[in-house]
Amino acid sequence: MSKQEPDMNTNKSEQEPIVILEHVCKNFGGFKALTDVNLTVHEGKKIVVCGPSGSGKSTMIRCINRLEEHDSGRIVVAGKELTHELKDIDAVRCEVGMVFQSFNLFPHLKVLDNLTLALKLVRKMPKLEARETAMRYLERVHIPDQVDKYPSQLSGGQQQRVAIARALCMNPKIMLFDEPTSALDPEMISEVLDVMVGLAQDGMTMICVTHEMGFARSIADYIVFMDQGEIVEINPPMEFFENPKSERTKLFLKQILTH
Amino acid sequence: MTFDFSLIFSSIPKLLSGLGLTLELLILSSFIGLVLAVFTLLMRISGRWFLMAPAVAYIYIFRGTPILVQIFVIYYGLPQFEFIRTGVLWPILREPFWCCVIALSLNAGAYVSEILRGGVLGVDKGVLEAASALGISKSQRFIYITSPIAIRLSLPAYCNDTISMTKATALASTVTLLEMTGVARTIVAQTFSPYEIFISVAIIYMVMAWMLQKGFGLLEIRMSRYLKATAG
Repeated sequence: MSKQEPDMNTNKSEQEPIVILEHVCKNFGGFKALTDVNLTVHEGKKIVVCGPSGSGKSTMIRCINRLEEHDSGRIVVAGKELTHELKDIDAVRCEVGMVFQSFNLFPHLKVLDNLTLALKLVRKMPKLEARETAMRYLERVHIPDQVDKYPSQLSGGQQQRVAIARALCMNPKIMLFDEPTSALDPEMISEVLDVMVGLAQDGMTMICVTHEMGFARSIADYIVFMDQGEIVEINPPMEFFENPKSERTKLFLKQILTH
Repeated sequence: MTFDFSLIFSSIPKLLSGLGLTLELLILSSFIGLVLAVFTLLMRISGRWFLMAPAVAYIYIFRGTPILVQIFVIYYGLPQFEFIRTGVLWPILREPFWCCVIALSLNAGAYVSEILRGGVLGVDKGVLEAASALGISKSQRFIYITSPIAIRLSLPAYCNDTISMTKATALASTVTLLEMTGVARTIVAQTFSPYEIFISVAIIYMVMAWMLQKGFGLLEIRMSRYLKATAG
């Protein structure tokens, strides 16, 4: 991507990219999940990652906050290289918010406590301040009235919005989305996408694995297409949809856009 | 033969005089057993072989042998050793009550640690990943996420084990203790009516089991209230 993005000519001395993946490889047993993956993401950019299932999309973004360990190559996030150093891993995780396909809310905690747990444990924030922070983000995802409910009492769309608010509470520099709408009923997808579009408009750096091509088209700065553990193509949405370069991309687009 | 109902009514108060000792055995052993179980569990899931191996061996030994045999080994077997009889623990080990408490606790510890392990394994991995992704440390995850969920998951099996323990306290009667079953045996020796007396004692155990079941049931409802969906 760096070659397509001549940000060196902006007069402000452009900061280091916020996420750097260099020659990243990852195997699960004999299965090559990631092969020589290179990706550079600058602050404020929105990246959509797509590709067929098993192509390594999730594995790639899970390496960025080290939910998966990469086998070789370099990953640098917010200036910290991910190694076995636990301190650095925790530091990176504080900068990176993540939203999962299956929401993964803490089922035994009310919405408020879902949001404040990490604030209290990790950020050592006093109770009252944590509550205020939580309420601010719940308002941002439009569900402040659900604060005293348990996750099981919410709809899928509401749960996912709580999950987004929970990640935002930590004030991350980057948000990772791992198929955030794939587990949702169709009528709930838009309420989650609306929140994500809002985030994008506010300038959040986002890396989203998603099959929502409309969303990709409207907010992505770049679309990363992966297949068989490799990045096949990185292009702005217009170019990606109108003029795909590789055969694999063309096939994929044909398959998902036929209906 | 004739069945003497009046004997049941007259023997129940006498049997209840042994209830105190039964409860003491049960409560003490359950408590010590639970503490042992938590330590065993932590060793078992530590991921370090030198902690896991002793935990696995302990569980294997105490699940694999009858409690009665364990009581006999501790009560009759240990005093064979000179160093036990002269050791600091002798005041405890010569008491049949403490021998029973030790055997029952060790047993409960082994079983309950496996029950708790089942609960820990039942916690959704995704939820723990979400916690890691928020920067919550491993020990904090165990305390704030794994434990509360695992405890709820373990509750039905734990209730089952506690009821088993209640009945296992009857074995204490074999080493001279006059808990409920011990009292029953003395009454039978005097009245020669085993049928009525043992039925009475069975009824008391059943009432205890029923109360435990009820109590744990209520606890389970309370701990599961977060699972009750009220809105779609």
